[in-house]
Amino acid sequence: MKGAGSITRRLTVLLALVAALLSILSWLLVSSFAQQAAERTQDNILVASANIIAEALRSVDGEVRLELPYSAFSMLGAVSEDRVFYHVMADGRTLTGNGGISGPADPPARGVTRLETVTHQGDAVRVASVTRVVLASPSAVPVTVSVGQTRNGVSQITRELSRQAALLSVVFFILAVVLSAIVARTSLRQLTDIADAVARRGPSDLRPLRQTPPEELAPLMTSLNRLIERLARSLRQSEDFIAEAAHRIRTPLATVRAQAEIALRNARDPGQAQHMRQIIRAVDESSRSATQLLDHATVAFRAEQLADAELDLAQIAQAATASLQPTADLKDIDIHLVATPAPVRGDKLLLDSALRNVLDNAVKYSPPETQVSVVVDQAETRARITVTDRGPGLGDTPADVYTARFQRGTNSAGTVGSGLGLTIARDVVEAHGGTLELSNHKGGGTCVLLNLPLA
Amino acid sequence: MRYLLVEDNEELAQAVKSRIELDGHAVDHAGTLADATDCLAAAQYDLILLDVMLPDGDGRDFLAARPAGSQTPVIMLTARSQISDRVGALDQGADDYITKPFDFSELEARCRAVLRRRGGAVSNDVDVGTAVFDMTSGMLTSDGQVIDLRNREMRLLEVFVRHKGQILSKSHLVDRLFSYDSDITENAIEVYVGRLRRKLEPVAARIETVRGLGYRLNTK
Repeated sequence: MKGAGSITRRLTVLLALVAALLSILSWLLVSSFAQQAAERTQDNILVASANIIAEALRSVDGEVRLELPYSAFSMLGAVSEDRVFYHVMADGRTLTGNGGISGPADPPARGVTRLETVTHQGDAVRVASVTRVVLASPSAVPVTVSVGQTRNGVSQITRELSRQAALLSVVFFILAVVLSAIVARTSLRQLTDIADAVARRGPSDLRPLRQTPPEELAPLMTSLNRLIERLARSLRQSEDFIAEAAHRIRTPLATVRAQAEIALRNARDPGQAQHMRQIIRAVDESSRSATQLLDHATVAFRAEQLADAELDLAQIAQAATASLQPTADLKDIDIHLVATPAPVRGDKLLLDSALRNVLDNAVKYSPPETQVSVVVDQAETRARITVTDRGPGLGDTPADVYTARFQRGTNSAGTVGSGLGLTIARDVVEAHGGTLELSNHKGGGTCVLLNLPLA
Repeated sequence: MRYLLVEDNEELAQAVKSRIELDGHAVDHAGTLADATDCLAAAQYDLILLDVMLPDGDGRDFLAARPAGSQTPVIMLTARSQISDRVGALDQGADDYITKPFDFSELEARCRAVLRRRGGAVSNDVDVGTAVFDMTSGMLTSDGQVIDLRNREMRLLEVFVRHKGQILSKSHLVDRLFSYDSDITENAIEVYVGRLRRKLEPVAARIETVRGLGYRLNTK
């Protein structure tokens, strides 16, 4: 459904955006922590190395001597493959060094450790410097030991950690999106539950909804239930109206007809008898029209919201046939039923009404002492009822005229009818996704085929 | 046979009553459900004709409230919408229904059909010559052999048997046999009388023509 968009989608997107923000933030934090940690480690090692070298300073014969302790560098080497530089400066002169760096222009005071970053051959080099005083002659000499190392290793570790943090963030983000979707759906479950409960209902089920809605949905539920109630009331009113209209029309007609029949029986004069017959005919005509008009209204109104029950056309045909047989007996017409099970889904009342109208027509137009055949069977995906009579057939009138409202065939003169019977049948069948086909039977008579989708 | 007619429309009730009585059946008429309950308590009925809308209630509720063991068949008379009343009536245990206004011959046909279906064990045998006619099932048997009668022949015989020895006019027979929407002339009755006559020949029952008046069944 288009329109206001999906709440689930909106909720999911919103939650996902929050998750994305958090992911990026956490990645930035982790990356920066990683860089700091790596740098501090390097700094500590550089300071330790400088201190070890400073410890090795000796004063021999009044001169400052240094036997470089290689263990000081092995510590640095253990950390990474970075190039290591050192420089020892005694009293402003270079005592020793491996050339990468020169001592600080402004040596740190005694006991102070200085850390700085200098640039050497385009590389950033981290340098730790300590100053010690060595007792040489003629006086104590301040010696500054500087140990430096390029930062490639640190950057590499930082990059590596940052990459892993990013990976984690992505995983976290995906997880968060999935969870968001689940959360959004579960929160809206109650809404869909209510929708399902409404959708599952049969057309005649107009009881109020019993679900306990979450607070936010309570107003919606209340208005929904009010609507259902109003609908139920208006449906009841329509049905009552149809029933009442039928009652009001038919009851006096029944009296008129009964009186006319009695008058007919007592009539001595043939002319008078003929008048009575005409009255009875007129009563039949109008009562039939009333019946079919009201049936037509009921069908139109029920077809809007079709019941969906599992039915067997064979059983419907059986009941309709049995019910019409006494009427058919009056003309010595035999309704011959051959039925095999034909399951369909639909509204029993309407299908029954459709078949009765077709059968009623067949009996009405059949000459006395003939047979009306009713066959129920299946053909591929269709359930079929075929009703064949020995009446006058369709003649030259096109088949669709018969199913048009109030239209009757040219050969129907002399038979009571409203022209709605086949319209009702067709409307019912079409509401069930089927077709009604009319044809002339080969040996004379009409063949009506009700074609419905098999259940 | 004894019928109970529950119908609040007095004119219609009287018309139905007089028509059914033509066949020699007894008909009690009740105008309300309360009257109907009294009638059912006082007498045994073979068939109940029950209107749906009565002044003191709905015929369908009355039907549903009947004691479970109740065997008497019921035909509902309804003036309401066919579709909505039909299933309601049959679901509540009615044997059949007929929509007002109805053709008397159709009402008779439905009564006969219901009685035949439900009458089962009750037979209502009448001698016709050397044959036996069961009025309930409409079967004519001679020496254990069923004589095949068509529906109209059967009903014609029924009318003759009920008015044994009386002269029945053609127009009377037409009224009893045919519904009014079939255009039957009085001459058509000759065809059916002729057929029945042939079928009754072997069992020593004769339908005599009384010139200018009609027919009479003679079973001497």
